[in-house]
Amino acid sequence: MSSRIAQIRLVSSHPEVYEPCDDSFALVDALLADRTNLLEHHPKLCMEVGCGSGYVITSLALMLGQNALGVQYLATDINPHSVRVTSETLEAHGVHADLICTDIASGLEKRMARLVDVMVVNPPYVPTPEDEVGRQGIASSWAGGENGRTVIDKILPIADNLLSDKGWLYMVTLTANNPSQICLQMRERGYAARIVVQRSTEEESLHVIKFWRDADIQVEEKETVLMNKTVPARAMEYLLSQYPQASLW
Amino acid sequence: MRLLTHNMLSSNIKGVTNGFPLRLEIEKAVEKQVDFNVDFLKNMFVKIEWKALVDASRAMGYVDLPDQTEPSMLDSDEFLKKFHHALLELHLEEGALICPETDRRFPVNKGIPNMLLHEDEV
Repeated sequence: MSSRIAQIRLVSSHPEVYEPCDDSFALVDALLADRTNLLEHHPKLCMEVGCGSGYVITSLALMLGQNALGVQYLATDINPHSVRVTSETLEAHGVHADLICTDIASGLEKRMARLVDVMVVNPPYVPTPEDEVGRQGIASSWAGGENGRTVIDKILPIADNLLSDKGWLYMVTLTANNPSQICLQMRERGYAARIVVQRSTEEESLHVIKFWRDADIQVEEKETVLMNKTVPARAMEYLLSQYPQASLW
Repeated sequence: MRLLTHNMLSSNIKGVTNGFPLRLEIEKAVEKQVDFNVDFLKNMFVKIEWKALVDASRAMGYVDLPDQTEPSMLDSDEFLKKFHHALLELHLEEGALICPETDRRFPVNKGIPNMLLHEDEV
């Protein structure tokens, strides 16, 4: 019986590549927990940003399958060692994903706009000094700058561009990243959010958040923008009706 | 790298306006069998830049794709099989992708394109 997720003994490694750890396992657990929904969702293109050892994209490909659904997988990493290691891990499990060594999705953003149905990201989320971000090698897998948000904040608008109308984004965050604020920012872009998995230690909590486009939120946000720019007559009437004694002049 | 991915890649160099499609430089190409799935093909068809796919597949040695298409072709199994083969089964293992505007080479090794830019290209 084939495994539903990647097996550690088959995951390739390299000194400069992030080995699967609690955050990788949490992300895969989140996907497993959502597996039925994912299958019913009939995604066509699934993408991982920051594939590292390949543990997550391999697991995703195994759990959704390559044949029946006709799903195609894509993964990127800024570290050339990672994409090579991911390639080995995929092959060891008999699954395929197209791999690109690039910064997040650079090179794909024009043509793949609104095409990705499932995106998974275990970003470099560790709070570090700003100058540690974007360094070569394994540091690129954890260095997240102030509040660990530098790379996350780069990824989110890119994800918004690439995700299809029915696109789902699963992202790993720490409490230190201020996940509520992330959810708020995503809400402004029209996304609903839900914490799918949470793992806590004494020092920190990992949260795997799922984002999806929500039509009601999109309408709400559009109306909010309108309100902030001008104050339409009906809005003034509403405000005044709340405070009958007040006068604004 | 499959031609599906090639069809999704454009030159990411700063200032480049005509970065698609990237030209193919082929040192080693292989064919890998992929299960045929009609839904996926019909879904992707509208998003594929057809001329780029035809030119790329011809560069890879596959000449069976028609130059032009029309929606009714999606009902033809024969067409879908050719589309499937070109899109998903032809792999560039070694070679490069060339920016059509600047001629900058993006190497492809072991099937993986390297799109990392130098400092002055970002």
